[in-house]
Amino acid sequence: MNEPVIAASRLNLTFQTNDGPVHALKDVNLEINKGDFVSFIGPSGCGKTTFLRCMAGLETPTGGDITVNGMTPDQARMARAYGYVFQAAGLYPWRTIGGNIKLPLEIMGFSKPDQAERVKHVLELVDLAGFEKKFPWQLSGGMQQRASIARALAFDADILLMDEPFGALDEIVRDHLNEQLLQLWARTEKTIGFVTHSIPEAVYLSTKIVVMSPRPGRITDVIDSPLPKERPLDIRDSKEFIEIAHRVRDGLRAGHHDV
Amino acid sequence: MKSVWPVITVIAAILLFWIVAVIPMNMHLTADQAQRQDIAVSPDTPAARQDLSGAGLALRNTHLFGMTYTLERPRLPSPHQVGVEMWKTIALQKVTSRRSLVYHGWVTLSATLLGFAIGTSLGILLAVGIVYNRAMDMSVMPWAIASQTIPILALAPMIIVMLGSIGIQGLLPKAIISAYLSFFPVVVGMVKGLRSPDGMQLDLLRTYHASPAQGFWKLRLPASVPYLFASLKIGISASLVGAIVAELPTGARAGFGARMLVGDQYGQPMVTWAALFAAAITAAALVGLFSLLERLTLRRMGMQAA
Repeated sequence: MNEPVIAASRLNLTFQTNDGPVHALKDVNLEINKGDFVSFIGPSGCGKTTFLRCMAGLETPTGGDITVNGMTPDQARMARAYGYVFQAAGLYPWRTIGGNIKLPLEIMGFSKPDQAERVKHVLELVDLAGFEKKFPWQLSGGMQQRASIARALAFDADILLMDEPFGALDEIVRDHLNEQLLQLWARTEKTIGFVTHSIPEAVYLSTKIVVMSPRPGRITDVIDSPLPKERPLDIRDSKEFIEIAHRVRDGLRAGHHDV
Repeated sequence: MKSVWPVITVIAAILLFWIVAVIPMNMHLTADQAQRQDIAVSPDTPAARQDLSGAGLALRNTHLFGMTYTLERPRLPSPHQVGVEMWKTIALQKVTSRRSLVYHGWVTLSATLLGFAIGTSLGILLAVGIVYNRAMDMSVMPWAIASQTIPILALAPMIIVMLGSIGIQGLLPKAIISAYLSFFPVVVGMVKGLRSPDGMQLDLLRTYHASPAQGFWKLRLPASVPYLFASLKIGISASLVGAIVAELPTGARAGFGARMLVGDQYGQPMVTWAALFAAAITAAALVGLFSLLERLTLRRMGMQAA
């Protein structure tokens, strides 16, 4: 239990571009423990998505170490250690919602009865029971994103990596999904990495908030949230909440001054 | 039903243009024939008439307009003459008769379908190769494009003769020319279709540690289906053109191409025109069939037809 689920030390990633090297990540150190809900917040270009992609083994760091469940991210990817949710739902239009959720299960070779059971289970988790036979275009954007979360949950990986999953949705839908995500997290006890650029979203959801800043992409502040696990939406009016939001905003501003 | 009226309007405009065009196109022949029947014609020598354009001659002989529509061997048959010829050769002949357009149509159609099957399979295989193999990506496409710049009319006899010299005759050489024309749109469409999944969708499969084969069957292939149908519709009509062209220069005895050539060589324009129209109707029917298949397939796949 003491072993961190994700550990990065002196992580560096430099992209070679036509305008010279770009330091997407510079000397990033971070530990994520089991059951943490960690948000990564920062302006565009601060490397938050790149960092998440490093954890997923979708980018290869150019320096430093990162482990996921004690393995390299690539090994963790091959061991199917995490579910990944992208900014767009990215459901296959030719598959039903149920079929989309089955996709990872088919690829990973789950048995047919097991697939059906898991689809039913995760659809209930994201409150989409009864939509199994619908096609993606028949669902709203928020429902599609929920289906994509169900898809990431279907094979029951311990880690859930989410890259601005609600970035394209409107405020009201986003609030609703945030609430649901917290309930889901409480029920499944997963470790969640969550990229966002909304301060209220980061503070509301997280047990740990990682503030990042660009050029070079780096961590400027890590805030352990004192908020209780049980969080009704109106916790956002509480004094603690506003204090944390302040500290995040200060962190973001400090990062910007360096530029 | 609203969409019917634009179609009818266009057809009516084409028919009208055709009917009007018959008069000047056939005027010289009509005047010659009228003169043989002792009908007054102005001017009254063939040589003097040759100096006039069809329209000019028509204006001086308005009383001959009716005759231009009933010539036995007109330069441009009127619509009803073509219609009568088609009725005689499609409805009034047994389909096994060599005078039946249905018989000739089947000869061409069988080569078309075989060629289309070969061309489509080849096109899909090449597209898969191009998408998955960098060397093929660099090497095949330029050749595929170059292949389509060679006039098929020049190439067809060479292919037929060469295949004939190694003993391949009949259906297959025609099908090969069909395939030659139809593989190209399939290659282009399928390459685009197989490459249509975006980076996010490919990343998603990587997070599942999916094998390349799973990526092909579960993502790339289904994603390419709408592109495939667009290509098939072009490919099937190109196949028909290929089969007809293959019949033209080789003295084929049956098929739309053979009928067109016979009509031309024996001065029976109605035969040529009837074959032409039958070919056009066949092509339209084939494209229509694939449109229908497209709609049914995409609806079944949950995707709206474009």
